[in-house]
Amino acid sequence: MPLSSNTDFEVQSLDTSTDTNHTTKKAPWWRQLQYLAAGIFFGIVLIKSEVISWFRIQEMFRLQSFHMYGVIGSAVITGIIAVAIIKKTGARTIYGDPITFQPKSFNKGQIYGGLLFGFGWALTGACPGPLFAQIGAGFTVSMVTLASAILGTWVYGLLRDKLPK
Amino acid sequence: MFMSILTSPWPWYIAGPLIGLTVPLLLLLGNRHFGISSNLRHICAACLPGKVPFFSYDWKKESWNLFFAGGIIIGGGIAATLLAYKGPSSIHPELAAEMAGYGVTYVNTTLPAELFNWPALFTLKGFLLMVAGGFLVGFGTRYAGGCTSGHAIMGLANLQWPSLVATCCFMAGGFIMANLILPFILHL
Repeated sequence: MPLSSNTDFEVQSLDTSTDTNHTTKKAPWWRQLQYLAAGIFFGIVLIKSEVISWFRIQEMFRLQSFHMYGVIGSAVITGIIAVAIIKKTGARTIYGDPITFQPKSFNKGQIYGGLLFGFGWALTGACPGPLFAQIGAGFTVSMVTLASAILGTWVYGLLRDKLPK
Repeated sequence: MFMSILTSPWPWYIAGPLIGLTVPLLLLLGNRHFGISSNLRHICAACLPGKVPFFSYDWKKESWNLFFAGGIIIGGGIAATLLAYKGPSSIHPELAAEMAGYGVTYVNTTLPAELFNWPALFTLKGFLLMVAGGFLVGFGTRYAGGCTSGHAIMGLANLQWPSLVATCCFMAGGFIMANLILPFILHL
């Protein structure tokens, strides 16, 4: 798949120029466990911060609470500072590999898709991360929501070339 | 004392920076970019690629993210059991009054059980909330190329302006749904 057609901000291996930097694919399998640990940390934070609360999401979209704006805002600021430090210092991974960033281009999907995701976010009270956390927290019915989200992704993949971009 | 701090709901100024630190954590662990919704694509690519070009790629190169998602499930389980908060939750009085009007009276820190449960799946309201809502999450995030983590946090952290456009559209969509459409659905 050529670089120009990778509209996905989240699939690095399809960014051809960064792909060669990925030595991790040759890395031992147990290195995956560090991502499992990172996910456990992130899942705990999602639950304990009530980011997975349907009520907090409704408050956010009704401007009734600062909580979600505080969470997302301070997360973004922390991320901006961290990425700036990594770029400035040329920091490498703990295994000595370079850390790379790929500039992303605009397409109309960010508008149309963004609005559609916003609709779904307000309905389910969950973005994809919280969906996984809800299942872990025992809301088994969220497995249906997740399955439907996977179906939605599949239908998008099928219709992709016919959609405005 | 320590456990009571852990089990109480965490304030935004603790939780937000911890979520933000996930960005450098994944970069330093292996040059991985934070973004959860692409896992839905990887699951499609792994389980049901068909002949769809969008799913014809080597998803195993991205398998780290599936481990990350698996970790979120485990983390959710730990938080809901070992670190569970037993106290009452409070929401804005206007929201509480609005919800009472829909018959949602029990406020918790997760999902309203009166709306999100297995039998409700077979009602129009439950179908729209869970099945249609989930579909829109999956369709919309991939069309946008990312979700709250991939665009709003990782994309903005990397100062990508398309991610700012996407984030504004997430919020706009949420405002439209929550204020203009959801009230009709909840009255069903």
